[in-house]
Amino acid sequence: MKIKGKAVVYGDNIDTDIIIPGRYLVLQDPKELAKHAMEGIDPSFPEKAKERVILVAGKNFGCGSSREEAPVALKHANVKCVIAESFARIFYRNAINVGLPILEAETGNKVEEGDELIVDAVNGVIENYTKGVRIEAKPLPPLALEIINAGGLVPYTRRKLGLE
Amino acid sequence: MAKASGEREVAPGQVVNAKVDVAMFHDLTGPRVIESFEEIGVESVWDPSKIVVVFDHDVPPSTIKAAELQKKVRRFAREQGIKSFYDIGRGGVCHVVMLEKGHVKPGELIVGADSHTVTYGALGAFATGIGATDMAAVLATGSIWLRVPEALKFDVRGELREFVSAKDLILHIIGVIGCDGATYKAMVFSGKAVENMGIDGRATMCNMSIEAGAKAGIVEPDEKTIEYVRGRAGSNFTPIKSDENAVFHKTFEIDASSLEPQVAIPPSVDNVKPVSEIGDVEIDQAFIGTCTNGRFDDLRAAAEVLKGKRVRDGVRFVIIPGSQEVYQKALREGLIDVFVAAGAIVGAPGCGPCIGISRGVLADGEVCVSAANRNFIGRMGSPKAKIYLASPATVAASAITGKITDPREVLKA
Repeated sequence: MKIKGKAVVYGDNIDTDIIIPGRYLVLQDPKELAKHAMEGIDPSFPEKAKERVILVAGKNFGCGSSREEAPVALKHANVKCVIAESFARIFYRNAINVGLPILEAETGNKVEEGDELIVDAVNGVIENYTKGVRIEAKPLPPLALEIINAGGLVPYTRRKLGLE
Repeated sequence: MAKASGEREVAPGQVVNAKVDVAMFHDLTGPRVIESFEEIGVESVWDPSKIVVVFDHDVPPSTIKAAELQKKVRRFAREQGIKSFYDIGRGGVCHVVMLEKGHVKPGELIVGADSHTVTYGALGAFATGIGATDMAAVLATGSIWLRVPEALKFDVRGELREFVSAKDLILHIIGVIGCDGATYKAMVFSGKAVENMGIDGRATMCNMSIEAGAKAGIVEPDEKTIEYVRGRAGSNFTPIKSDENAVFHKTFEIDASSLEPQVAIPPSVDNVKPVSEIGDVEIDQAFIGTCTNGRFDDLRAAAEVLKGKRVRDGVRFVIIPGSQEVYQKALREGLIDVFVAAGAIVGAPGCGPCIGISRGVLADGEVCVSAANRNFIGRMGSPKAKIYLASPATVAASAITGKITDPREVLKA
């Protein structure tokens, strides 16, 4: 699984109220949610995400609420992968369950906004084409890969229950 | 987790497929749970008697859209034969209702489509928050994969001083370990100060373990737990305690007796200082309620501070009892009278402004001192508003003076 995109970079502790504020949770349509992605700190995000985006952040990405709308909003806002030093556990599960690839890696100063990245989520390798550097990431656990490859937890569960 | 996965023992890091004892979702996460459940395509939930549905996030609904979504969840509960359905006027905040209506027993594995599900560790259950699709899979199968977490132990020695509460203690702990200090781990609270706490205080502690990233917050069940649960859920349960030779990832020793009231400064829950060190912070709104501090002991602490005093002009004081039961008890004990006489507004049980949808949201540049759990940017409305987190007593004292204030100062005056 190779994922290409342009880096958009944020700091530590990007919480779910930043990713998608509570007042938008009544919006059921993922495309509507996507319009408000990252609105809490970066209202220009939808503009940046016109091209394929790989979101790069620091520690504790997705902390706070259990709202699955957070990875859904990002996914539908053209985010192809999220790379962070660490993730809050509910966000981590939710992202996998809705089929948004995520990777743990310490990117430090090796990635800047706008850099072109290619991510190999299976082997845990991030290539920064702009800077010509390679970053090691923690490969996704086998179960997570299985769920993502199935297209998310819904098709995975359907398969497990023998419904397809 | 060994019990839930049918193993003799399990070790941290192990991934297990665990059987769920109780599953809970509410009006806000419900619609997506149902959508994913329908996509999975099974006809019926695995066991309607093990599912609890509570309406609390936007109650009574403030928009047509919210009313439509609640209609959808209400219909699902009826069609699936879910008897433990707490509609508007029948329950309150899900994490208050779950404890008081006897849906939580020691030693059970409980999942909820809400991050504050960790609250139930107050009664010695292992309870954790999950997303909507995870919940849909639980409804379909009755089980979930979980990674067995390492445990952090917090040994809280000494006694809390008067008007220093469970909230101050948990804020202090989060300040020490950081807002990702317990990510993927369980937080186990013990020691004299925790033993002395009532169930309400323990619920506050476990509730906020998620603000340090924890998968679960747990207080070992004792006599108080057993008495509380027996009165509400009967005696069919087996309390689980730490093994005598239990290995903790790390143990923190905390001295409760030296603690003063604490405040978490926006925009992160781990930016915690004693109230004496935050300087002059003028407020526009004060708020008490939610799954963190909307219980009876919380309202009583606020009323003790507020009794016979007035909310300062220019300050809005919003108080929302956590449940119908809390509301009635507060009425009987005269607390609601104290609040209304002081110039506070008392709202209908529910999450209120904590979720930033309605009933007390903030405008640009406004400052709120809140007894809730999150001070994130935009959490209570405008991204340009500021939220300071504190105990109910500190919030009440601040409502009187108009700036964030140590409750002991108000009581001395």
